[in-house]
Amino acid sequence: MCYDPRSIIIGGYKMRQIKSLLMALTLVLFTSTSFAATLDDVKARGMLKCGSNTGLAGFGLPDDNGVWQGVDVDVCRAVAAAVFGDAMAVEFVPTTSKVRFTVLQSGEIDMLARNTTWTLQRDVELGLEFVGVSYYDGQGFMVPSSLGVSSATELDGASVCIQVGTTTEMNLADYFSANGMSYEAVPVETNSEADAAYTAGRCDVYTTDASGLYASRAGYPDPSAHVVLPEIVSKEPLGPAVRHGDGAWADIVRWSLNAMIIAEEKGITSGNVDEMKSSKDPEVLRLLGVSQVGDTGAGYGQWLGLSDDWAYQIIKQVGNYSESFEKHIGVNTPINIARGLNALYSDGGILYAPPFR
Amino acid sequence: MQNNLLRKIIFDEKIRSIVIQTLVIGFFALLVYSISQTTAYNLEKRGIGTGFEFLGMSAGYDISFSMIEFTSKDTHLRAYYVGVINTLLVSVCGIFLATILGFLVGIIRLSSNWLFRNIAYVYVEFTRNVPVLLQIILWYSILIHLPKIKQAVQFFEYFYLSNRGLYSPAPIFKEGFSIVTWSFVLAVIFSFFLRRFLKNKQNQTGMQFPIFSIISAIIIFTPVVFFYIMGMPLEFEHPVLKGFNFVGGMVIRPEFAGMLLGLSIYTAAFISETVRSGIISVSKGQREASQALGLKSNLVMRLVVLPQALRVIIPPLTSQYLNLTKNSSLGIAIGYSDLVHGFGGISLNQTGKAIEIMLIVMVTYLIMSLTISSLMNLYNRKVQFKGNA
Repeated sequence: MCYDPRSIIIGGYKMRQIKSLLMALTLVLFTSTSFAATLDDVKARGMLKCGSNTGLAGFGLPDDNGVWQGVDVDVCRAVAAAVFGDAMAVEFVPTTSKVRFTVLQSGEIDMLARNTTWTLQRDVELGLEFVGVSYYDGQGFMVPSSLGVSSATELDGASVCIQVGTTTEMNLADYFSANGMSYEAVPVETNSEADAAYTAGRCDVYTTDASGLYASRAGYPDPSAHVVLPEIVSKEPLGPAVRHGDGAWADIVRWSLNAMIIAEEKGITSGNVDEMKSSKDPEVLRLLGVSQVGDTGAGYGQWLGLSDDWAYQIIKQVGNYSESFEKHIGVNTPINIARGLNALYSDGGILYAPPFR
Repeated sequence: MQNNLLRKIIFDEKIRSIVIQTLVIGFFALLVYSISQTTAYNLEKRGIGTGFEFLGMSAGYDISFSMIEFTSKDTHLRAYYVGVINTLLVSVCGIFLATILGFLVGIIRLSSNWLFRNIAYVYVEFTRNVPVLLQIILWYSILIHLPKIKQAVQFFEYFYLSNRGLYSPAPIFKEGFSIVTWSFVLAVIFSFFLRRFLKNKQNQTGMQFPIFSIISAIIIFTPVVFFYIMGMPLEFEHPVLKGFNFVGGMVIRPEFAGMLLGLSIYTAAFISETVRSGIISVSKGQREASQALGLKSNLVMRLVVLPQALRVIIPPLTSQYLNLTKNSSLGIAIGYSDLVHGFGGISLNQTGKAIEIMLIVMVTYLIMSLTISSLMNLYNRKVQFKGNA
């Protein structure tokens, strides 16, 4: 008699059936997230989940009413405006610098917009995809003016507060050893702990991205008693990131950011966006969804899987890049950062978006 | 036949329990297997690299609080060693302090002095009812609000106290000091045998010797004598305020001091309760009998009560030691460079190898805890009743 293991019958089920049943059970139990298109997930949920900073003034911080405000936050709002036509359809998930990548990798959030530096390792080995640069930053040093220090090269022997889990520790180590200086590292976990240690005098110097220094300084009792030293010791291109492998979703986030930059180039603001619909500039008409792709009868939103007025909604509800910058961190805010590198390429900066066509 | 087997599985208690246990273990193994498979599958699907090669990569960051040489060019593996050593350092010092303080407070709580007894009571009730994390942060905030570095308080001429730590002179061992160290080691070994000899003698003849005084004298004076013979081969390097910080000397950082104070004061409260319960567990008759034999009260404590109390004290004391060691991972709250903060935090962030690093850190804590409990179990066996008493 021929022996076939598949013909063994247990309780009415064939072995093979049981096997596939078990496998299905395992899949149901232990597969955390599906790899379906992120856009579909976001649409089904009716809400964009965006990883933000735990609290950095001007970049991502809830205001008195609990509404998140900041330039990083605006990138998330832009994506929500593009997908839903509603910039407020965002749930912000505060992430520390330590958990931010894990949270994104695991699918708990759809995108990360939280002063995160774009590096090779993060982009490639961590399975992330940086879609652009929303803020060109660099690491700087802040010291109390009373120390009388005017250059970072005078910091030999100082105690330095560093926020851990960032690229700053490595830049710091490199900068001091390159200049033959020694220092005492005082590693702290969050921005607010760094502020506490620095203002108590536990350390002489606080180092992080210059934008973070300005944001911290604005919160001190006497901001004028602290100076940010002129040396910028690193390139820190900060930008939004998504999971690697979903190119369509990466495109949506990338072009939401680009739309804000192009809007500034073309002089479209949240105030004049409706008038600009009758502009004579063909790129403006393409951006705002007025003109169609050839004679398909549909606008440029179709390529992204969005409605044709997606960019219009971004500009109407969030504003262009300049509006967001000036509202949250510009020279007229307590944070007081000049546009500098973040000015448009035509204004002496390096902010540059690919053409919208 | 088949029916018989089924009947056995259901009705035979022994076979039934074996079958159930096998099923449970099998299901658990399946669970572990499928979780690891799913994880590996998900990681691969998302293009996340895995593996332990990162341990050999250069760390790229500095750890200032380190017992061994560490620079940013060293590897993540070495950063791991630094973390393990720092965790052990604060745990061992904490266990030492907590034990002394705990025994002291436990005995004071049974004292007949109303004031002492109640101070100890308030201390125990306050510290053990406030989360240890808050206590650590409290100590740290007190320490970093000490005078700033330029206004450091000077005392005993060469000691400076500031919010960057307690600076003290550092000993510099010159040639010939090793002989002093060796003389100390030999003195300790000699005293050990001398103690045994004198004890035996006392057991045989009943003659009493001031063992403690003799041994102390030997251990203290031998190295001192050799120190002078070798021409005092020791110098001190004094801390000097230069630029931003003190240069030279030794320093106890506020992060370490905060951890040590927080952990040991918290754990000592629990230990004191353990000690108190142990002492109370020794029956009154034992005490009265030894007093009737004419033993002095400190001898009653040392020879009769404590040895019996230890049998009750050791097992819960082990748990307290384990708690203290694991609580040392709270160092992250105040920036103490322990295992979780450095390797488990900064290295994790630099390399993004969350699963691998957390696995290593967890296994390390497991090994530390198992070592502590097996040592304590060894000691426990030593103090338990021998024979079938």
